[in-house]
Amino acid sequence: MRQRPSSHFPRRAIFPTSHGPRSSPLRWAALVATWVVVGTAGAFALAPPPSLIAADNPNDSGHGVLLTWSASPDSDRVAAYEIYRLPWRPASAGAPYGANAPDSVWLLAGTVTGDARSYIDQDDEATLGGGINPMFVPRDGQVLYRLRAVGADGTSSAFTPIATGTPRGDWFHTQRVNVLVIAGLLGGFMVYFIRRAQRGGKLYIRPIPGLSRIDEAIGRATEMGRPILFVLGTGTGGDIATLAGYTILARVARKTAEYQTPLLVPVYDPVMLVMAQQTVKEAYLAAGRPDSFKAENVFYVSAMQFPYVAAVNGLMMRERTATNFYMGVFHAESLLLAEAGSTTGAIQMSGTDQMAQIPFFVAATDYTLIGEELYAASAYLSQDPKLAGPLKAQDLVKAAILLIAILGVLEMTILRSGWFRSLITPY
Amino acid sequence: MAWYERVLSVDRRLIYAAMGVAVIIPAIFTMHIPVTLSSEVRAVHEFTEEVKDGDILFLAIDFDPSTMAELLPMAEAVMRQVFENDGRLLMSSLSQFGPPMANELITRLAREYGKESGVDFVYLGYKPYPAITILAMGTDFRVPFPLDFYNQPTDELPMMAGVHNFDDVEGVIALCGGNAADMWITYVNAKYGMPVALGVTGVMAADYYQYLQSGQLFGLLPGIKGAAEYEQLTNTTGGEGLRGIPYQTTTHFVVLFFIILTNIAFFAQRSARARMRA
Amino acid sequence: MKMQIPLILVFMCGVAMLAQFMIPHEYSEDFFQYANDFVIVIGILALPVGIYSLMSNTVRKAQRDPKERPFALVTIGAYVIMIIGGMKAEWFFSPTSLSTRFFDNILIPAQATLFSMLAFYIASAAYRAFRARTALAAVLLVTAFVVMLRLIPLPEPIATWNNGLVRWILEVPNMAAKRAIVMGVALGGITYSTKILLGIERAYMGGE
Repeated sequence: MRQRPSSHFPRRAIFPTSHGPRSSPLRWAALVATWVVVGTAGAFALAPPPSLIAADNPNDSGHGVLLTWSASPDSDRVAAYEIYRLPWRPASAGAPYGANAPDSVWLLAGTVTGDARSYIDQDDEATLGGGINPMFVPRDGQVLYRLRAVGADGTSSAFTPIATGTPRGDWFHTQRVNVLVIAGLLGGFMVYFIRRAQRGGKLYIRPIPGLSRIDEAIGRATEMGRPILFVLGTGTGGDIATLAGYTILARVARKTAEYQTPLLVPVYDPVMLVMAQQTVKEAYLAAGRPDSFKAENVFYVSAMQFPYVAAVNGLMMRERTATNFYMGVFHAESLLLAEAGSTTGAIQMSGTDQMAQIPFFVAATDYTLIGEELYAASAYLSQDPKLAGPLKAQDLVKAAILLIAILGVLEMTILRSGWFRSLITPY
Repeated sequence: MAWYERVLSVDRRLIYAAMGVAVIIPAIFTMHIPVTLSSEVRAVHEFTEEVKDGDILFLAIDFDPSTMAELLPMAEAVMRQVFENDGRLLMSSLSQFGPPMANELITRLAREYGKESGVDFVYLGYKPYPAITILAMGTDFRVPFPLDFYNQPTDELPMMAGVHNFDDVEGVIALCGGNAADMWITYVNAKYGMPVALGVTGVMAADYYQYLQSGQLFGLLPGIKGAAEYEQLTNTTGGEGLRGIPYQTTTHFVVLFFIILTNIAFFAQRSARARMRA
Repeated sequence: MKMQIPLILVFMCGVAMLAQFMIPHEYSEDFFQYANDFVIVIGILALPVGIYSLMSNTVRKAQRDPKERPFALVTIGAYVIMIIGGMKAEWFFSPTSLSTRFFDNILIPAQATLFSMLAFYIASAAYRAFRARTALAAVLLVTAFVVMLRLIPLPEPIATWNNGLVRWILEVPNMAAKRAIVMGVALGGITYSTKILLGIERAYMGGE
């Protein structure tokens, strides 16, 4: 009897014969169902996104990995991407997990929408709740990632090949270069104008009424025999307006020392108290009247806004101050102070960089320094070229910014490429 | 003395008395003043409406008792809306004397809605130096607040599992009575890219429309009117915001009246002087 | 040397913080955190100086001035009670403790009262200041009038129109002016900070 040649496809396994002990209808049905399901799943399975890349996240402290990928070929069916990573563990807890770690070890790091093409895994806390933080991203270590696409119906693709990210700390923030450029520009202009002023060049500063009347206001108080009140505001020593206030305080203190007019300086912050006492004391020393300085006239009141205002208003009413200076950072208390001062008939000068309070000071005081006019006080009062030079530099940079703004508006209106915007976008 | 000179030199106590009467009238007579809804308040309401079913909203209660009349109604209306939608709240205070007032509000609403601290809401408490605290929260809330207001370790609170920084919340609504408002915009929106809305006093509101226009804020609640609008949108009955509107209206009438009066007298004086010169 | 050492310290700290801003590395962030903690420490260390100043002035007033004595005694008494009342954390947080009752029933109403004085002061300030003395003052007056009308219940078509106009005023001219001031203030702040860094500006140290 001739032997039939053997076939590559064992027919018995795939095509159960209709006769024989194992060829039951149930088995047929199960196999057909399996073919249908596998065939359907094969036809409709999501394809994983190709090319997952894990790189150091730029401009960070060294605890971030930037993952990027291209769209899945089935991107129109992808609802989300799931990012998985291997957990971190310190050396004392064992060797780091490798690429051969079982699926159960992988942790879900994050989920992003189907149109996302990047994800930043960032965590700088090695411990969590007293234990190890498995999501920690170790600087100069390695973290393994893989990605899969998920459809709206819950189906998911296979995982991408594993990508390894090595986060590194960066020593220069490339997106802050624009800040450095502006700072460099300003610094350069400052040096130029200081040198120019020192060589005898005249630098014009426009008249600022609030500053040019300071001596007159102090003289008025002296004639009336009433004290002068100087309020440095409710800021702290870290506020530029407060520091600018000290400049005017030094000037006023020197004049009051010369005229022997009492100067009262109620202070909001304890750190400011020390600086204010030092400023007034040095001013009295410079005027040749160190013995006239009274430390109790520069005193701490309260670090709370309204108790401070209540105390200063009471002081104005009791002492009937003839001249009030409000120079620094103010909030809601600005109008309370200014109106209380006006009821005593005092001449009032104010200066602040708080925009919300400027209208109140303009309405209620006699002279107001608006914003940077307060900062210009030191240069204006001293006429020192070293102080006037930076003012001109500031004006030049302002002009440069104005030019950039105009060019940017024209570029966005006419060309609409957004290049200018990308140039000046902050961090 | 001519009538206009009498008007121009009126004793300020008369003005204070008129204001006093303007404030007393709504206290005696019930007044219903219609409140027009504005787009900036609606935007905050619509955003908060999307915070539901376990989503977390960061609510900064950065005001103290001096500004609570305007800002506390906003805080209450926002919290009610989030609790009603089963959202969760993460709160902090950057204002020194805010915590007891904030705690009283939180405790009351938690009891009313059956919400549990650490599960449905976390109140982190107060830390000084707003800028530093906000920057630290951008890294991890646990850094400036290792313990919450109730002295529980922040890390062990169930709600804080997986919640590290602003990336893990839907957005920030900061109710500020001071300059902390600028810091939320500068650090949280500009640096961390989070959506930020502010609730501020009426006086401060004019300063923040520029941020609304530039897109740095997605919404703004300006003063008591903003609080009243929000209460109207959330159907909060008996809210202090809506109750404050009649007082604001009557006092505004008085101020406008005095402005008109002083200008009439001023122009009368000017024309009388011009006639005398002629 | 008295002036030189602080100036050198200021320069070094300023340059260090500028460098920190440009360096994102973890070491830089740790340094920033350390510097911030230091600011808090300095504030706390200065607090006893402030308290001493306040108390010494108050005691002096109580001793020397019979008119001021009752108020000075109230200040001293309140200070002592709040210090004792806040000694233990549970006293401070308890709703029935003395310090909480003082806070809720005295401090909060007093602060709210003072803040509400603003309403009266605004009326008197507006009465004095909002006069159309010049063309610019007239523009200010009209603008303020229109913005305030937003808060008055006007009949419907006018209310919506007014709302739109006010929104335009706040978002366009107001915003333009504020941005201009903000830019000026920002640049002024950078320049002032640079002057402090370089030791050109010394008024805060008592020098001129």
